[in-house]
Amino acid sequence: MPIIEVNALRKSYGGRLVVDEVGFGVEEGEIFGILGPNGAGKTTTVECVEGLRVPDSGTVRVAGLDPVADRHRVTRLLGAQLQESELQPKLTVREALELYSAFYPEPADWRRLAERLGLDTHLTRRFAKLSGGQKQRLSIALALIGNPRVVVLDELTTGLDPRARRDTWRLIEEVRASGVTVLLVTHFMEEAQRLCDRVAVIDKGRVVALDTPAGLIGRSSGSTVISFTPSEPLQDTGALARLPGAVSVSVDERDGRVTVHGDDDTADAVISLLAARRVTARHLRVLETTLDDAFLDLTEQDA
Amino acid sequence: MTATLSATGQARRPAAAVLRTEIRLFLREPGALFWVMVFPTVLLTVLGLIPSFREDQEDLGGRSVIDLYVPVAVLLAMIMAGLQAMPPVLTAYRERGILRRMSTTPVRPSALLTAQIVLHGAASLCSAALVLAVGRGAFGVRLPGQIPGYALSLVLAVACVLALGATVCALSRTSRIATAVGSVAYLVMMFTAGVWVPVQTMPGLLRRIVECTPLGAASQALDQAARGDWPGWSHLAVVVVWTAVLGAASTRLFRWE
Repeated sequence: MPIIEVNALRKSYGGRLVVDEVGFGVEEGEIFGILGPNGAGKTTTVECVEGLRVPDSGTVRVAGLDPVADRHRVTRLLGAQLQESELQPKLTVREALELYSAFYPEPADWRRLAERLGLDTHLTRRFAKLSGGQKQRLSIALALIGNPRVVVLDELTTGLDPRARRDTWRLIEEVRASGVTVLLVTHFMEEAQRLCDRVAVIDKGRVVALDTPAGLIGRSSGSTVISFTPSEPLQDTGALARLPGAVSVSVDERDGRVTVHGDDDTADAVISLLAARRVTARHLRVLETTLDDAFLDLTEQDA
Repeated sequence: MTATLSATGQARRPAAAVLRTEIRLFLREPGALFWVMVFPTVLLTVLGLIPSFREDQEDLGGRSVIDLYVPVAVLLAMIMAGLQAMPPVLTAYRERGILRRMSTTPVRPSALLTAQIVLHGAASLCSAALVLAVGRGAFGVRLPGQIPGYALSLVLAVACVLALGATVCALSRTSRIATAVGSVAYLVMMFTAGVWVPVQTMPGLLRRIVECTPLGAASQALDQAARGDWPGWSHLAVVVVWTAVLGAASTRLFRWE
């Protein structure tokens, strides 16, 4: 049985439908991503999971409990990191960790948590004096402090520098390895691709796709991208377009670089074709499309 | 038995932790500390240093100006705590998402509001005690004659001012508005508490109007108890009715986000 179940969830604000029949299930121990453009309804969806909002219709269950009706039991097993939530400006890191520990019956050891999040050297610093990244890490620590079974992270790495972002990703993988289910809201494709077992793509309040990151990428047409600079200009790009699996061919007018979208067979065929014409492919790159491309593909369809 | 004990212990621990934290944070606000804890006593001291204010006067019923200003300074402490210090803190907690953050934990965000109310109530009572002590020690103002009546009037007045402060928070969308609305209410309350003209020396009609306001009534109740009489029930009733109305209004109107 999934630990988080969302069924036909609807929520509107002032007559504007923000979440429209959203449904998904998250298995225990999974990292489940909710991906979507800004304003797609991601945050509202997880706020219903956290019990912060009451759905207009549909059901939400966390470990079989209703987050609104069983608020008290749900808050003990679900930790949340909210977007743009702050603490008292003059509260120190240590005081925040101690305070939130006191809220839970069996809290995690806040010292270890602080160490894992690199906050142990800032324990006496006040919240207002922390950098954006430190605030974010403290917020993650507070989400984990109650030893939750499920943790909901909304825009986890926004405002972090690339190194802090990678450190945070490693932390999330560790959290999952300890058996915690992670529901992750993000608009960073790289983050979803790296961390998530499965991803629900939400656009305009609806789930437009639900699959593994690899599955989403594979779905998009032309998932292999072959690009090269021919040693001499190709007279006839039509020949490339007719290759097996080829979806599109484009030539950059400035440097003559050719880009072909297709599949694995297209890549082989491009090489053979060039060899036959005695053209050398300089700076040859064969890449998988990223989740980025798949995401744009999915969310553009009805734009 | 053991289970019951640990269950209540469990429920009390978070509330105590929240209160402890809020007290620490209050002690880190030099401005609030000064206005709530020190200023009322400073005002009383400044007035007490004027020799003629220490002399008993016929038209004040044989009492001195400083006698009348002790209850005023006591009420001032409450006004500073409830209307100047508390509303911006609570509205900022809402604005910054601190209340929301807390509602994702097993502790309800109302614990934070309760802690703030308890804290500011306690701070103004401490400040009142300081005013009474300095009045007695430095200027020979007699301690209240009717102590239970005085204590009751104090507690009712604190509750009323805090309810008013909570209403300001409920009505203000941002902490800036709360500061502005709080300041207007604060000037009105200072006037009705008798900061400029003690309620007891106001002319007849004005006094009767002021006696219908929470602090005007509280001022009269405190003054009567100070003189050794049981405070008039009508004054206490005015304070209680205001507290009930404001308390209900703030609970109904308060927005958590």
